[in-house]
Amino acid sequence: MPAHAIPQARYRIEVFYRVHDARARVLAAKLRRLGFRVDAVVITDNYLVNAAITDEQARAAADMLAQRVTQGHAVNQPYLPERFDQAVEIGFLPGVTDNVATTAREAIEDLAKLPLDPETSVFTTTTYFFAGALDRDAAERIGAELANPLIQRVKILSADEYRAAGGMGMAIPVVTLHERPEADVVSLAVSDDELLRLGREGIADPDGTRRGPLALDMLSLGVIKNYFQNIEKRDPTDVELESIAQTWSEHCKHTIFAAKIDEIDEGIFKACIRAATERVRREKGKDDFCLSVFSDNAGGIIFDDEWIVADKVETHNSPSALDPFGGSITGIVGVNRDALGFGMGARPIANRYGFCFADPFREAPLYRTTDRESRLLSPRRIMEGVIHGVNVGGNCSGIPTPQGFVYFDDRYSGKPLVFVGTVGLIPREVNGAPSVEKRAMPGDRIVMVGGRVGRDGIHGATFSSEALSSGSPATAVQIGDPITQKKLSDAIVAEARGMGLYRSITDNGAGGLSCSVAEMARECGGFEVDLELVPLKYHGLAPWQIWVSESQERMTLAIPPDKLDAFLDLMRRRGVEATAIGAFTARERGIVRYRGKTIFDLDMSFLHDGLPRKTLTTTYTPKKNPYPDFPDPAEPSAVFADMVARLNTASFAFISHQYDHEVQANSCIKPLQGRGRVNANATVIRPRYDSPRGVVLSQGLYPSYGDIDPYRMAACAIDTAVRNAVAVGGSLDVLALLDNFCWCDSTNPERLGELKLAARACYDYAVAYGTPFVSGKDSMFNDFRGYDEHFNEVMISAPPTLLVSSIGVVEDVGFCQTIDFKFPGDLIYLIGETLDETGGSEYLAYMGERTSGARYIGDTAPSVDAAKNATAYRALSAAMRRGLVASSISVERGGLGVALAKSAMAGMLGCGIDLSAVPTKGVSRNDTILYSESQGRVLVSVDPNNADAFETAMRGVALGRIGAVTNDDSVCVKGTNGGNIITASVDALLGRYRGVFKDF
Amino acid sequence: MKAQTTSTAQPRTLVLTGYGINCDNETRYAFERAGARADIVHINDIIETPSMLDGYQIFSFPGGFSYGDDTGSGKALANRIKNNLLDEFLAFVGRDTLVLGICNGFQVMANLGLVPALGGFRGDAEVSLEHNESSRYECRWVDLAVERACPSVFIRGIERLHIPIAHGEGNFYAPEEILAAIETRYLACMRYVLPDGSPANGVFPHNPNGALHDIAAVCDPSGRLMGMMPHPERNILPTHRDDWTLRREHARRDGVTLPEEGEGMAIFRNAVGYFR
Repeated sequence: MPAHAIPQARYRIEVFYRVHDARARVLAAKLRRLGFRVDAVVITDNYLVNAAITDEQARAAADMLAQRVTQGHAVNQPYLPERFDQAVEIGFLPGVTDNVATTAREAIEDLAKLPLDPETSVFTTTTYFFAGALDRDAAERIGAELANPLIQRVKILSADEYRAAGGMGMAIPVVTLHERPEADVVSLAVSDDELLRLGREGIADPDGTRRGPLALDMLSLGVIKNYFQNIEKRDPTDVELESIAQTWSEHCKHTIFAAKIDEIDEGIFKACIRAATERVRREKGKDDFCLSVFSDNAGGIIFDDEWIVADKVETHNSPSALDPFGGSITGIVGVNRDALGFGMGARPIANRYGFCFADPFREAPLYRTTDRESRLLSPRRIMEGVIHGVNVGGNCSGIPTPQGFVYFDDRYSGKPLVFVGTVGLIPREVNGAPSVEKRAMPGDRIVMVGGRVGRDGIHGATFSSEALSSGSPATAVQIGDPITQKKLSDAIVAEARGMGLYRSITDNGAGGLSCSVAEMARECGGFEVDLELVPLKYHGLAPWQIWVSESQERMTLAIPPDKLDAFLDLMRRRGVEATAIGAFTARERGIVRYRGKTIFDLDMSFLHDGLPRKTLTTTYTPKKNPYPDFPDPAEPSAVFADMVARLNTASFAFISHQYDHEVQANSCIKPLQGRGRVNANATVIRPRYDSPRGVVLSQGLYPSYGDIDPYRMAACAIDTAVRNAVAVGGSLDVLALLDNFCWCDSTNPERLGELKLAARACYDYAVAYGTPFVSGKDSMFNDFRGYDEHFNEVMISAPPTLLVSSIGVVEDVGFCQTIDFKFPGDLIYLIGETLDETGGSEYLAYMGERTSGARYIGDTAPSVDAAKNATAYRALSAAMRRGLVASSISVERGGLGVALAKSAMAGMLGCGIDLSAVPTKGVSRNDTILYSESQGRVLVSVDPNNADAFETAMRGVALGRIGAVTNDDSVCVKGTNGGNIITASVDALLGRYRGVFKDF
Repeated sequence: MKAQTTSTAQPRTLVLTGYGINCDNETRYAFERAGARADIVHINDIIETPSMLDGYQIFSFPGGFSYGDDTGSGKALANRIKNNLLDEFLAFVGRDTLVLGICNGFQVMANLGLVPALGGFRGDAEVSLEHNESSRYECRWVDLAVERACPSVFIRGIERLHIPIAHGEGNFYAPEEILAAIETRYLACMRYVLPDGSPANGVFPHNPNGALHDIAAVCDPSGRLMGMMPHPERNILPTHRDDWTLRREHARRDGVTLPEEGEGMAIFRNAVGYFR
């Protein structure tokens, strides 16, 4: 498209600081750290207004957009800092959500009392003026550091160019699409090869280009072809095919977990996960606390006589690999909708996060193709973006984010894992009926609420970084809009729910309307939708795109016809867009019309249940890793300090501090504990101000154990999720689990063999602990195929990763405990036995890196004796309820050594420890006692006056009184032969512990 | 002298909501616990029926992310009020009423010119809450010292507070002459201090955002309008403080019990007490 055709704004308002700007100073410091010779940065926030307002109104708008005390503004004249060498402007690509522009537009509308076109009237950019020894190449590299080419455009002008051009210009990223707004018929009377290609590459457009994968295999395509040829006796439309592909996708139907796998006819989900829950519930009898499992958007358990808590943990790995910020913000805001879509709508009361990254200090580039331009974002950029996305998503939504973790392994360099979860709270009864039951009735109107529909997320895997001039919206990635969702959330949960204005509600997530409407229609029969009624972000979408778009911040509701006006009126008054787009019907057909023409007419049972089940076979080859042979290190104090400064053990307080964990005033046991502000591994919230009850949250995850034994990996993840919760005050009696399998290369029988083993452990240990799974989500293909720094082909697969999250109800938060040593003189006990189980441990990874440059794996991952551990956990819970425990920390990654250091650092108190008092079995080396990651262990401190009572309470449990808290600044450890082996200053440890991420 | 209409045992309190405000529930709870009758009211409902303000004695701007902080924290909501409710706000604060803004509510009050309102409330900003010096959202517990000579009715009898902050833009800024007037008239209600009570002197993390003169809260000369960055409503239960388990341990060994409520409640009790 010729340059003159790029739409131009009428007004360009540039807002600049007249006083010190902290953002600019921090950015300059960061760029200097990255090696850029930047002396100073000046930032302007720019608003491009393309509307019929007067010059006077434009000036009034500028007055309103600038803070009059600290900022100035310039309208249609370029801001010129006193000194700069390069100017870099960053704006969005067409079609990318621009939240600031939306707010500015609403403010201008309010000011001018004039409606403005939401698609074309206001856009924002940011200009960075850099002073320093910077040539164009440096400016381009800075631009690449600041912007993501998938969603943003960068314009660079030198100072001379900027002056000559009279500023950055008036171009605006208006979307211009030229799709044919109609449905196409797709012929299935084609060869098998052509059919396969259809599945793999997608439907062909008239110009021959393919729309992107349907991800349907030959088995599914055959069933579809048969259905249309023999039942419907016609060819499908593109809308129907895309919709079936969405509904049958791995993402929606979990085909691998549902498949017959080896001798397991029912598949892994039913045989290992659901069966465990059913058995636990049966065995608990009247003490069963599950209320809604696996059937809704989240899993729900009883909180008390009046309330339910629901929990869901999602993954958002692929979107976060492309756009770390956009991927993680839409992940967290998306999983919030799982709470909103639970039952009749639960209020989100806490967020969880878990990030698996490659070493952020690693520099070696990876490429998608052999083109240098296809370089992946560096691990550091991915980490920064992902962390920031949850920051904005969680904080803006007013949902506390207390619980989370980070974990590092370089095999996440191709794709990070981004786990996001939300806990919701809902009354057990809403308007006199159980809140977990919802049912759309024939005749109910289908109402879409929240954001508008664009091409966002369509065929997420395919993307193109098109230039501004092409006018094509970025499709693969999206930016969340938490405020739109907050308005929606408040209007539904705080108002419409209590008013009884709807009968059913669900989230618009994967597959968009195609999935949410069809899913809800199962409650009554079928549906009819008129697609032209769906509000769009911009013109020119094809019907199939409207139907499957994954545009964010939308819910679908079933509204009784006599409540429709009241519902729409309420939404209007709350500034929430709501549109009736059709009706539910009793007939078992799904029908979609577009401008009067039927473009989708399917049998509902085919859509939902027509998917043929796969049959999978697995193999498993036990892994042989040598027991690494190295001597007990000669400088144990240095090792002790190094062990708290590993990526996987170091403080990530910089994340905890930027995630609001106090909002809603429900914080109780916090993510950072003690005077030393040490990251804890479990948190407790108190969601009802008038009740002492709490909700405990934790998790376990040990990908490194999977390199030895996937069964033990899963067993340890469950034991840790359980133990962490118990150690802060949770109870084995009311504790539920959530599973997130993030696997790789899942067509490979060997990987499936690992999956089967991990799933078997899930059954065994959930049953053994009486902790039912209530919700889960899997992501089976976390692989990257591309090129390394030398452009050699590589496939980087994330290690098979099982996240087990725990959620439990605490009867009285007053008995909960934190990890910090509290009183000099308190006795220190280790509960549980220590075995020679260093396989997959952080210590072996460390020793390997030190000795040979590559981590050691080892041959024995920790085993879990659930019966023995459960006895210990119950005894500990009872002791805590009697107030006998003064600090408590679950022994996790890094073993006893790291747990000791954490309790000491948190309390900012020293301790004296004698390793010969540690209960062990078959262990003699000091380093093994300190760093073995044997499960089932908790480190506590106890008031000496309570020592007898505590020891009595723990009778029958392996227990060692291993030392005492001291009033000095050092951790002193005696070896098994009685000699002092470690002296470490708590202050120095804190320095090491906090130093790892000091620049983050 | 207090007007007759406000001398009620249970002052009616309006807790604002809408467009991303998110601390409305806990703020209402704190006011109710202190003895007020509190309603959460959507900004659009006030714009639709502005006369409802006549029935309230306390107006509260809770914390949150109104308009997602887009275009600058508090600015868009302040503009919405300025563009639709300026006269009604002039009338409201002209009565013997109280206005409390917390966090984002302080940012709105600052942009609206409700504090410090040195020459009276006119709708123009005199101070600003800028990006934190760390250029990042910070959620931390802070120590605050209260200005003894400050006219704010919300801080009577309080000397120190330990409550959390959670914001990206809390860096208090005022031009020199405004700052001087704030100081000479004792309008800086609270300042960030070290745990021992000595001045933070701008040092992070005690002063968590770089605020000039360590200022955490500001009121108008009448003392009836106050904006504060820290969150008193997040320290109202005995299990709220970041060190409550340590305090419980001390209490256990001393054979005493923990206080029944958090010290943040004092702010709300003062507000309600003003009408008694």
